[in-house]
Amino acid sequence: MINKQVSNLTEALAGIADGMTIMAGGFGDAGSPNDLIHGLMERQLKGLTLIGNGVVAEDFGQGRIITAGCVDKYIASFPRGPGTTIFDAGTPTENIELEVVPQGTLAERIRAGGAGIPGFYTGTAFGTPLAEGKETREIDGREYVFERAIKADVALIMAKRADRWGNLEYVKSCRNFNPIMAMAAELTIVQVEEIAELGELDPERIATPGIFVDRVIKVEIPATLYGEP
Amino acid sequence: MTHPLSRPQIAWRAAQDIPDGAIVNLGIGMPLGIPNFIPEEREVILHSENGLLGMGPPAKEGEEDWELVNAGTMATTLLPGGSYFHHADSFAMIRGGHIDICALGAFQVAANGDLANWNLGDGVRTPTVGGAMDLAVGAKRVFVLTDHNARDGGPKIVEKCTLPLTGLACVDRIYTDLAIIEVTLAGLVVLEHIAELSFEELQDKTGAPLQQSADWKALEAPQLD
Repeated sequence: MINKQVSNLTEALAGIADGMTIMAGGFGDAGSPNDLIHGLMERQLKGLTLIGNGVVAEDFGQGRIITAGCVDKYIASFPRGPGTTIFDAGTPTENIELEVVPQGTLAERIRAGGAGIPGFYTGTAFGTPLAEGKETREIDGREYVFERAIKADVALIMAKRADRWGNLEYVKSCRNFNPIMAMAAELTIVQVEEIAELGELDPERIATPGIFVDRVIKVEIPATLYGEP
Repeated sequence: MTHPLSRPQIAWRAAQDIPDGAIVNLGIGMPLGIPNFIPEEREVILHSENGLLGMGPPAKEGEEDWELVNAGTMATTLLPGGSYFHHADSFAMIRGGHIDICALGAFQVAANGDLANWNLGDGVRTPTVGGAMDLAVGAKRVFVLTDHNARDGGPKIVEKCTLPLTGLACVDRIYTDLAIIEVTLAGLVVLEHIAELSFEELQDKTGAPLQQSADWKALEAPQLD
């Protein structure tokens, strides 16, 4: 029998080691797998590369594992969220290596990683500092930048409901990076509020089919920045 | 109406140029005021890059649903007909040329339409690009809403941007407190400017050569509270 549900955070996060590359879903706090990230922070790992859209608070979600000193490199489109000073000169996080990536390029690099496409050309960032050192090519009279796919050792994902096959259903704007990151990692770990019986999820509403998911943990009341969902 | 436009008046003026049926993405700052002023008979669909099409007004205080946020991560709403999708689909809409108009803020705009709006290049604050570079290149038309001059009085419309670029030759039209300027292959063309200023005075406040459109009009906006 296939059953991807695990019973606690220790089991959910087992096997994650120093130096690994970790993707975390979420845009702002919506769809951010905060319980998985906070659980990982307690493991006190070192030398992680973290991939996400950006930090919304220094001491919460992606910000918490970065300020805890577990992350050496952060790949993001909006690394420092409004109201934070993370990564700024003079702060304890100033020496973390940053790779700032246009948000659409970040999403497409992740999607490509999950789809077995090693890279692609895009018009985004051509002629800007974010294209420096990258291969460019003119196609049909327009200039493009070559961008490499991104893959990760682990993806930390937040969804609303899952079944034991790992099929996932999202709500509203909590989808964001989660479905594409779930595709792009060797080990995809998902926190959900509800576990459904097999067959209970509407197949038309499954946005991430279980093929992309390895472990599911139920966190009935997830940690959120803004209070109860 | 002869005074420089207020920020809401700039948003009002840009809103008048958004046609019925347009799919529009709005950057943070002044552009966020645009939906308040779109004429009622026009149906305009708002796209939010975090995965919403048919976005409604911001959520009322006390009615926030934090599972439904906009690109500024503030609680928002979805209109009937709206839809949700993931980030790769959202940016396929942007990069694939499916967004009709994108309205952005700017630090600098150059005479050829180059835009700088993401990085002050001061090395102190961590740069954050978000979706600006994708929008600048991908949207069919790019409107910039900005003060005509920086706080120190210097021009924001310049011959060549000195700040790190967001996109090359991507801006189509500039709405400021003093003028509306179309970026054309032949240079910057003033469509409207406030009657208080002569064309020469407007030119003095601008860092790149301007031409006056043959069907030039006075830039006007209603009094807004």
